Amino acid sequence: MRTVKASAVTDAVAELCIRANRELPPDVRAALERARAAEPWPTAQRGLDILLDNLALAAEKQLPICQDTGMACVFLELGQDVHIDGDLNAAVQAGIRAGYARGYLRCSVVADPLRRVNTGDNTPGVLSVRLVPGDVCRLTVLPKGFGSENMSRLQMLTPADGAEGVRRFVLDTVRAAGPNPCPPIVVGIGVGGTFDGVAALAKRALLRPLDAANPDPYYAEMERTLLEEINALGIGPQGFGGRTTALGLAIETAPTHVAGLPVAVNISCHATRRASAAL
Amino acid sequence: MEYRITTPVTREMLAPLRAGDAVLLSGTVYTARDAAHARLCELLRRGEEAPFPLCGSAVYYVGPTPERPGEPIGAAGPTTAGRMDRFSPMLIERGQLLMIGKGARSDAVKEAIVRYGAVYLGAVGGAGAVMAAAVRSAKVICWPDLGCEAVRALTVEDLPLTVVIDAQGNDLYELGPKEYLASL
Repeated sequence: MRTVKASAVTDAVAELCIRANRELPPDVRAALERARAAEPWPTAQRGLDILLDNLALAAEKQLPICQDTGMACVFLELGQDVHIDGDLNAAVQAGIRAGYARGYLRCSVVADPLRRVNTGDNTPGVLSVRLVPGDVCRLTVLPKGFGSENMSRLQMLTPADGAEGVRRFVLDTVRAAGPNPCPPIVVGIGVGGTFDGVAALAKRALLRPLDAANPDPYYAEMERTLLEEINALGIGPQGFGGRTTALGLAIETAPTHVAGLPVAVNISCHATRRASAAL
Repeated sequence: MEYRITTPVTREMLAPLRAGDAVLLSGTVYTARDAAHARLCELLRRGEEAPFPLCGSAVYYVGPTPERPGEPIGAAGPTTAGRMDRFSPMLIERGQLLMIGKGARSDAVKEAIVRYGAVYLGAVGGAGAVMAAAVRSAKVICWPDLGCEAVRALTVEDLPLTVVIDAQGNDLYELGPKEYLASL
């Protein structure tokens, strides 16, 4: 049994909130640079250049890449041989509070969805814990902006809809989102599981590095063709037209019921921000 | 084409702009997003005065991050404009001529744009640092309780924008992708 202090979780979450908001993960930056090199349309080239300039300026000025510093989605991979000494959820929320204050990040969370009073410290964030064998304790912070979150969709398809139904739903969702989610986007797709589970799968798909394909060749091929089809829609950076509509796409799946085919599409923007640390 | 424009504007100044043109905007720009729009329109419905002059004004849909010491503003890119669609026609009727944001607008907003000679300008979504670099000063002028959603008067210099919907109703979100696809 290994002990991790709750205060170490707080410190790590605070640091990850700041880092995630100021610099893109290397895979997302590389995807932007690759997209710029491959983009044939002049308007789109200019749009991508501005996004790359923005990354440099944010780093230089220690500013967040985007003013929507998001709702902090915190993922914890926790070995069952690890004991957290203290209140885990409180430690995570304290980390968010500290990180958003220290990093001059925007507080975008309201305490109640209908009465809408800002909590003033960007808490609560959303904590997802996955228990795994061993003694790993790995934290990832994904600050999720809502321009793209709002364009996400979920549908309970029927088994007969099959792969073609999933494909159509994904393309319809991206087409309907158009310029709103700040393209070029990253597309997280969940297929299978339950109503609530499929949304979690789609969110988790956004954690996968953009250069990593699904380990199952069937889904790896589906990811490749769907990404190609999305980049043939013509939406382009900012929605002003061009080849680069999506930088990456990942599908996560789970076993499901004989009667169902849940599918969820969680859209993320070009500032798909995540930062991880092991404790 | 590229235009340099200073606020407040008139519909004559905006008439030559076409979807796809670049605009460098200077002068005073007011920030307002969801909560501020709801309050603003509630005031107007009650027959009260708006907290800033609407006539010829430019409104930027933005909720900036807190400024670092010595800086006028934090990151300041646009938010999705469609959430303001239900409020914009009322503001345009009362003289607002420029809207700055990102994302698609409703048919009702387009109709108001055409009727009153207004223009919808696109700022680069997610380019918070680039947009902030054009802001010289920022001052909260009302509803500080709204935090990042409070109304601020920004003084901007050459804020880099693109005409998305011009006063004739041309929409870059329709024309741009169409033109790109036709080029293939």
